[in-house]
Amino acid sequence: MVTNVTSFGRSGLYDWMIQRVTAVVLLTYTLFIVGFLLLTPDLDFNQWKSLFENLAMRIFTLLLVLSFAAHAWIGLWCVTTDYIPMTGLRFLVQSITGLMTFIYVAWAIQVIWGI
Amino acid sequence: MLVSVYRYNPDLDDAPYMQDIHIDIPGGKDIMVLDLLQLLKNKDPSLGYRRSCREGVCGSDGMNMNGKNGLACITPLSAVVKKDKLVLRPLPGLPVIRDLVIDMSQFYAQYEKIKPYLINDTPAPAIERLQSPAERAELDGLYECILCACCSTACPSFWWNPDKFIGPSGLLQAYRFLADSRDTAQAERLADLDDPFSVFRCHGIMNCVSVCPKGLNPTKAIGKIRNMLLQRAT
Repeated sequence: MVTNVTSFGRSGLYDWMIQRVTAVVLLTYTLFIVGFLLLTPDLDFNQWKSLFENLAMRIFTLLLVLSFAAHAWIGLWCVTTDYIPMTGLRFLVQSITGLMTFIYVAWAIQVIWGI
Repeated sequence: MLVSVYRYNPDLDDAPYMQDIHIDIPGGKDIMVLDLLQLLKNKDPSLGYRRSCREGVCGSDGMNMNGKNGLACITPLSAVVKKDKLVLRPLPGLPVIRDLVIDMSQFYAQYEKIKPYLINDTPAPAIERLQSPAERAELDGLYECILCACCSTACPSFWWNPDKFIGPSGLLQAYRFLADSRDTAQAERLADLDDPFSVFRCHGIMNCVSVCPKGLNPTKAIGKIRNMLLQRAT
């Protein structure tokens, strides 16, 4: 058993499952948006705005943002543990990644509910 | 033909270098890379490499031939030589002791971690622990591994984390004991693997499958371990 405190859920199985589940969310949202754009060829600002004023769409978008954050953290954690062998530098890069992820999540919530 | 061999003797050389040797293959025959190495050694007795059974059973002569890991003794020149040139390097990712000889301590340390022996806490029967033919068949494709390290040294995840990621060879062996009907330590074995590195550093790129000289499939075994972990935890 290899111990590590910086991974997402401390368990390899948990991280693996979260990454797969969030990937499905990202794919579903992408297909929905692409489908919406294809079915609405003469899209204008009001239609776009009313789509995101819908509470279901806001919840779906928040789910996307949170899934994206978890997915990105697990992926970038793998990249940093592969390519940055120096513990101090790796922890610094992971901290910056975590901070940026948090800022993006908070900012996205403000954008989604600020419409 | 031209053979370019990785040379490094830490007692004499400051840094590794590639030695180019022109060699004529006697009778233009299609010999094995190991036979070619013997011809090279006749020319330059200082060349170091491991060999033993010369028939793909002992796993001693794993090396990187024109960019792909394999056993020199069962790889004919016709399968690897391109444009009359062959580049021979030691297996990548592990420390070089000399020339084509690598230090496999890290590889064996990972193998040791998975407890590569049968654990059974029930009283031993008078003769032997029996298996049905179907239970025995579960071990096919697993027990044949000869620990040549071609797969683990072809795996980038093992290159970057050889101290944490068990690697394809060790995981194939881990599944060999998880799948054994006579083993009673399945829960303990699985508990030891449920961390972010041991199993889950495998991203399924299948380099291991592509290079295995015995035609085994470590990626499939890793998938089965993952499923067992999932079954146990959900």
